[in-house]
Amino acid sequence: MLNRRYFVTSGVLGLGVAAFPGVGWAAPGTDKKFVFIIQRGAADGLATLAPTGDPDFLRARGDLAADAAAGLQLDTMFTLHPAMGESAKLFALKQASFSHALASGYRERSHFDAQNILESGGERPYGRDDGWLGRLLTLLPREGAKGLAVAPAVPLALRGPIAANSYAPSRMQDANSDLMARLTNLYAEDAQLSALWSGAQAAEAMAGPPADQALRGGKALGQMTAGLMNGPNGARVVMLEANGWDTHFQQKGRLNAALGQLDALVGSLRDTLASEWSNTLVMVATEFGRTVAFNGTGGTDHGTASAAMLFGGSLTNGGKIVADWPGLKASQLYEGRDLKPTTRFEQFASDALARHFSLDPVRTKGVLFPDFA
Amino acid sequence: MMTNAAIALNRFGLGARPSASAPASPTNWLKSQIEKYDPALSASASQPSRASIAASFRDYQLDPKDPQVAGKDAAATMPVDSMTQIDPAKIEKVVNTLRLQYVAAVDSRIDAAITSDTDFAERLVHFWSNHFAVSIDKLPVLALAGDYEFTAIRPNIMRTFSDLLFAAVTHPAMLLYLDQAQSIGPNSPLAAQVAARRNRKLGLNENLAREILELHTLGARTVYDQNDVTEFARALTGFTVGGMAKGPVQRFLAQNGKDGDSQFFAAIHEPGDRNVIGRRYRQQGEAQARAILADIATHPATAKHIATKLAQHFAADVPQSSLVARLEKSFLESGGDLPKLYRTLIDSPEMWLPKQVKFKSPWDWVISSLRALNVRELPNNRQSANMLAQMGQPIWKPGSPAGFSDMTENWAGGAALMRRVEIASRIAERSANRVDARTLAPRILSTQLSAMTAESIARAESPSQGLALLLLSPEFLRR
Repeated sequence: MLNRRYFVTSGVLGLGVAAFPGVGWAAPGTDKKFVFIIQRGAADGLATLAPTGDPDFLRARGDLAADAAAGLQLDTMFTLHPAMGESAKLFALKQASFSHALASGYRERSHFDAQNILESGGERPYGRDDGWLGRLLTLLPREGAKGLAVAPAVPLALRGPIAANSYAPSRMQDANSDLMARLTNLYAEDAQLSALWSGAQAAEAMAGPPADQALRGGKALGQMTAGLMNGPNGARVVMLEANGWDTHFQQKGRLNAALGQLDALVGSLRDTLASEWSNTLVMVATEFGRTVAFNGTGGTDHGTASAAMLFGGSLTNGGKIVADWPGLKASQLYEGRDLKPTTRFEQFASDALARHFSLDPVRTKGVLFPDFA
Repeated sequence: MMTNAAIALNRFGLGARPSASAPASPTNWLKSQIEKYDPALSASASQPSRASIAASFRDYQLDPKDPQVAGKDAAATMPVDSMTQIDPAKIEKVVNTLRLQYVAAVDSRIDAAITSDTDFAERLVHFWSNHFAVSIDKLPVLALAGDYEFTAIRPNIMRTFSDLLFAAVTHPAMLLYLDQAQSIGPNSPLAAQVAARRNRKLGLNENLAREILELHTLGARTVYDQNDVTEFARALTGFTVGGMAKGPVQRFLAQNGKDGDSQFFAAIHEPGDRNVIGRRYRQQGEAQARAILADIATHPATAKHIATKLAQHFAADVPQSSLVARLEKSFLESGGDLPKLYRTLIDSPEMWLPKQVKFKSPWDWVISSLRALNVRELPNNRQSANMLAQMGQPIWKPGSPAGFSDMTENWAGGAALMRRVEIASRIAERSANRVDARTLAPRILSTQLSAMTAESIARAESPSQGLALLLLSPEFLRR
C-alpha cells in the first residue's frame, strides 16, 4: 500500500495534442473568461487537499492529519479541507478538479523568486519581464483580449504586449464627478493617459457602488470581480491575489481562515457570474508547497510541490483529482522534507487554458511557457 | 533656458518648490549638490540604535518559531508543550514595537525628501536604496530598514560603488533579508563541532551571493554561473548579525555585546581558497569576500549594469545607447567613482531633451506634490506612507530583492491613476485656502506647463479643484 502510485489520468495532463482530437483551433471562443487566483506565500497543498489515504501522511502529521480527516472526503485518497464547503459542492457537480504534487520548475524555497517564476512563466527568476497571462491575451481574439488585475498596478503575470487594466477598491473618498469629467478633457490629447483614464473609469463604473468595494472577505471580492467581468465590455482574463498562506506558525487557524476566504471567493464568483459561470474557468495556484512535517510552532516551512485547483461551470474532467502521487515516506520526499513534484505547473496551466479557450495546445504552451515548451 | 531649469528641478530632482527660485545655471546647481549633500538626517538622530532594535527583535526571535531554533537543543531544555504554545499577545507586542520603529524611520525619510535643497542627491539615495533593496515583509527588516538606508546607503552615495556595495551587502538588514546571517561553511569549525556533537549538518545559503551577482553588480545572464555563485557563497560565510541571526549561529553570538551589528564570525567561515569568475582568491577570512566584492564592483559587466539602471531611472525606460555607453565609460575609467558618474549624467545631452518620457513612480509623484504645495504633515507623515501603500509602492517593501520597477508599465495602471486622482483631491483640499493653482502652476512647471493644463486650471470650479488638476496634469505626472 505504501508504495502504491496513485495515478488518475484524465487526459488533461501530459498527453499533448492527442488529448484534443477534432477541435478546430482557428476560432477560439470569444465569450470565454478566465480568472487566475495566485496564493502568494506558499499554500500548504497537503492541508488543502490532504492525502488521507496515504498512511505516511497520518504518520508525518499526527494530530493535524486527524484534523484533515475531518474534512470533506473526495475519494479514497484525498480529503478536502473542512473550510472548503463550496469547493466540495462544486467537485460533486463536476465543476471542480484538483492537481496534486505539482510545482513550477523552481526548486529553491524563496517566495519572491518562486512567485516571479510562477507569474512570468519563465524557467528562472527575473528571466522575463512579461507574464503568461499577458501572453495568453495575445492568443485571444482582439475583442476578447481584455485583461484586468484587481491590484493598484498590473502584476507581472498579466504584463505583455497587450495592455491590461487594473482596478483596486479604495477606502478613500471618491473623487467628484466634475473633476473626473475635467480630467477626461485634460487627457484627451495624451494617448497613454486617455487610455488609462477611460479604462480606470470603466472599471470603476463596473465595480458598482462603493458599498460593494469594501472587500470584507472573499465573498465581497468575488461579487466585485464578477461585476468587472459581466457584459460585453467586461474583463475576460482576470488576476486576483490571495495572501496569508505563509503559515510558519500556528497554521491550523490561519489556514482555516485563508481557505475559508478562498472558498467564499470561488462560491461568490459562481453565484454572481450566474449564467456566465459556464463560460468561466478559475485557476488557483501557489508558488510552492510546504514541508511535510510540522515544525515546532504548529506551522510548516517552505517546501516544494503543492496542489492547484480548477473551477468552472463547464469543466472538462470535473470531479477528478489528477496526481502522480510520489508518496510521503522519508525516501520519497524531495530533499528529505518536501512533497516531491511529479507534475509541472506549466503543463497543467497550458493544457487547462488550451482546452478552455479551444486553442492549439502545442502553440498555447509555446506562447505561455516558451522556456518550458 | 527656463526649460533646462524645469528639467533640473523635476527630472533630476524631486520636484520644484514654490519657495525656491529657479536655478540660474541648472547644471552647476545640480553639480553643487554633490558637494553640498549632507548624509546626516536631522530627524534620524532619534532613530533607535541597532542594539535596541536587536533587543526588541530577540524577544520575538527566542520564541521557537524557527524550526532550527526549536530543534534538538531547545527540546532538551524545554517541555514540548511550551514550545508549541507561544503567547500571541507577546508576539503582537514585539511586532508593534518593530512597526513603530519602521514608522519613525519612514517619517524621517519623507521629511528629508520634502524639505531637502539637495533633492537630486536625495533622488540618488532613493535610487541606490532601491537598487540594493531590502523589504520589510521579513520581520527583522521591518525595524532595520530605516537604519539600513540612513547608515549604509546615505553616507556612501558620494563615494565609490565599491564602498557603497560593501556597506549595503554587509548591513544587518541585508544579511538578514537575504539569509546570509544563517549561512554556514559546511567545513567551518562550527559546522564540524555541531556535526560531531549533534549529528547535524549545517550549510550554505546562496541567497545573498546570488543576488549580489545578479541584481547588485554584474547583472543576470552575464559572466557568472552556478559554480561562481556557490564559490562566492562560501567566501561570504562568516558575515552574520549579532543577536539576530537564526539557528545555531545565533546561540553563539547572542551575547557577545554586538547585538544588532554585522560582524565577521570566523568560526563559520568556509576554509580554503575560492575561485570566482576566473580568479583565484587565496585570502582567508573576511579579506576573501572583501577582495571578491572589490573585483566585481569594478567589473565591466557591473559598469554596464549600473549605467543601464541609472539611465533607466533618470532618462527613459529604454535609454539611449549613447547615454548608457557614456555612463559605462565613466564608471569603468574612474573605477566606479560615483560623483564622477553623476557629473557625467548631468553633462549628458540625452538628459536635457524637452520631451517628458518618464512616468513618475508613486513615491516621486507624492513627494513632488507635497513639495509643490509646500506641505509637511504634522505630527508625522503616516498618511503619506499610507497613500504610497495604496498606490502600490509601500516604503521599503518592494516584496523582492529586485526592488521596485523603474518602468512605466509598473506604475501607469488604471487603478493607480484613479488612486492618484483621489489622493490629489485630498491633498488639494488641505492646501486650497493658501495656494492659488493659477500662480503656482507656472512656478512649478515653468515652460513645461501646457496651454491645455493652464486653461484647465484657470477654468476650475474651485481653488481645490485647480490644485488637483495641476497635480494630475500630464506634465506633472511625468518628468
